[in-house]
Amino acid sequence: MRFWISSACAFALAVLAAATLKNEYYFFAGYTVLMFVVLATAWNILGGYAGYVNFGTPAFFGLGAYTAVVVFKATAAPLVVQILAAAVMSGLLGFATGLLTLRLRGIFFAIATIAVTVIMETLFINWRYTGGATGLQLLRPAPVWPFESYITMLFVVMAAMTVAAIAIARYIETSWIGRGLRAIRDSEEAAECSGVSTLKLKVFACAISGALMGAAGAPMPMYLSFIEPASTFNLNYAIGALASPMIGGTAHYLGPVIGAVILSTIQQVVTVTISSELNVLVVGVLLVVFVVAAPEGILGLVKKLFPRKKP
Amino acid sequence: MTTLLEIKGVSKHFGGFAALSDVSIAVARGERFGLIGPNGSGKTTLINCVSGSLRNDAGSIVFDGRDVSRLPAYMRTRCGIARSFQIPRPFASMSVLENLAVPLEYVVHRRSLHTADTRGEAMEILKDIGLADKADTLASSLSQVELRKMELARAMAAHPRLLISDEAMAGLSSNEVSEVLEILFKLNGTGITVIMIEHIMQAVMKFSQRVVCLDAGRIICEGSPAEIVANADVQRAYLGA
Repeated sequence: MRFWISSACAFALAVLAAATLKNEYYFFAGYTVLMFVVLATAWNILGGYAGYVNFGTPAFFGLGAYTAVVVFKATAAPLVVQILAAAVMSGLLGFATGLLTLRLRGIFFAIATIAVTVIMETLFINWRYTGGATGLQLLRPAPVWPFESYITMLFVVMAAMTVAAIAIARYIETSWIGRGLRAIRDSEEAAECSGVSTLKLKVFACAISGALMGAAGAPMPMYLSFIEPASTFNLNYAIGALASPMIGGTAHYLGPVIGAVILSTIQQVVTVTISSELNVLVVGVLLVVFVVAAPEGILGLVKKLFPRKKP
Repeated sequence: MTTLLEIKGVSKHFGGFAALSDVSIAVARGERFGLIGPNGSGKTTLINCVSGSLRNDAGSIVFDGRDVSRLPAYMRTRCGIARSFQIPRPFASMSVLENLAVPLEYVVHRRSLHTADTRGEAMEILKDIGLADKADTLASSLSQVELRKMELARAMAAHPRLLISDEAMAGLSSNEVSEVLEILFKLNGTGITVIMIEHIMQAVMKFSQRVVCLDAGRIICEGSPAEIVANADVQRAYLGA
């Protein structure tokens, strides 16, 4: 219950901001932060709970973005339809990828997911319909009432998706599914001998995680009014999605949220005030600091410092 | 007595190495069965083939009248084959109670998750095994003997008809050995068939009604504990004389 009240409050706050703040830049930056919250939350379902490190975030994210473009170009369908289509396509990619690669363990799985990203990028570089390697300029339609600016609308949509993603991750974490995934991370063989159908569960986690990443990617083309393969399938998405849970903590659904808010906010500030190149350095330094000083992330640190309080 | 587990002509090769060749064993319902053999004789490989962690190359494994040799491990657990691991494999990030909740949720209450009292049931098993006071302890902070007990408790939580205990006593003190032995006797008393793999001869001889000795992937002797001890092949396998 507390979870739903705080989610509703946070979402109301986002809507309130959208209604009152006039400077569009806040929404431009806020959108990116929320997007990384969704990506990190999605990543954590497979990477955090089950312990399968996925470098394929750009593949799912990018497929979602391109699905939205194709749907928009072919049918001019509204944003909601684009997002749903993106979630379905990326979920299917997650299912297929999972089926083919989740028999691999540890580093081998991670390498396979990088390969998936490369395959997806190559596919869209060679597809004329979506503009090939040069990309596609997109004209934003008028924002839906009551929104006056398209960016503000995208911000609110992303806020809604954030709540949805966190709710899904929370459900998985606290149910029997989450327990099974954690059993897989701790010992796959023991999990299997305790009746957990490890492959099915991993494929399920990969599909859900992929679908959420795809949904997060769907509004991206409209956000930029442009799409092109190299930036859409950029490895930075993988790094952001992976680093945030590491920083925040992988064991609890709030970990990736905290990590992504901190990381993306710092990145946004650095991009504006210093340089966009320094971005990547920020991620690297934070990651090293946390792996050394707080291997279980901020939540792990809080638990250690205040053993009684539950985060 | 009827047969619960029938291993028929099972072979397993790793590359050119024959870990098991043409092994046939029948275990009766409710039996206390011992499996011994020197290191590397194929005991754990055989158990891995029965529990589904490995697939046998030839032969078949029939459990309760059903050929399970092609089933994945989790299905065999659901059929009623549970095991403990030689080197304990706890779910280290979970409490002892949660460790037991995994088989309870995935095997026993698969279809009745909402109504089941997993916590209460797990506590019952922990009481039987003598780990009740550790229920909320993180599995990663258990001692060696507690880990062994939890392995057995987790296997029990799957409500097995056949329990395979893979060297549950290795490295334990003699007091702890009799503690674990007592647990296994108690479990067998409730009607569960137990296969014990063990190096500690006193324990396996005291526990088993029937013993099979493996050497280099073959059965060299089968019989009562007394017959095994007296057998020349067994003495040769162990002492190399």
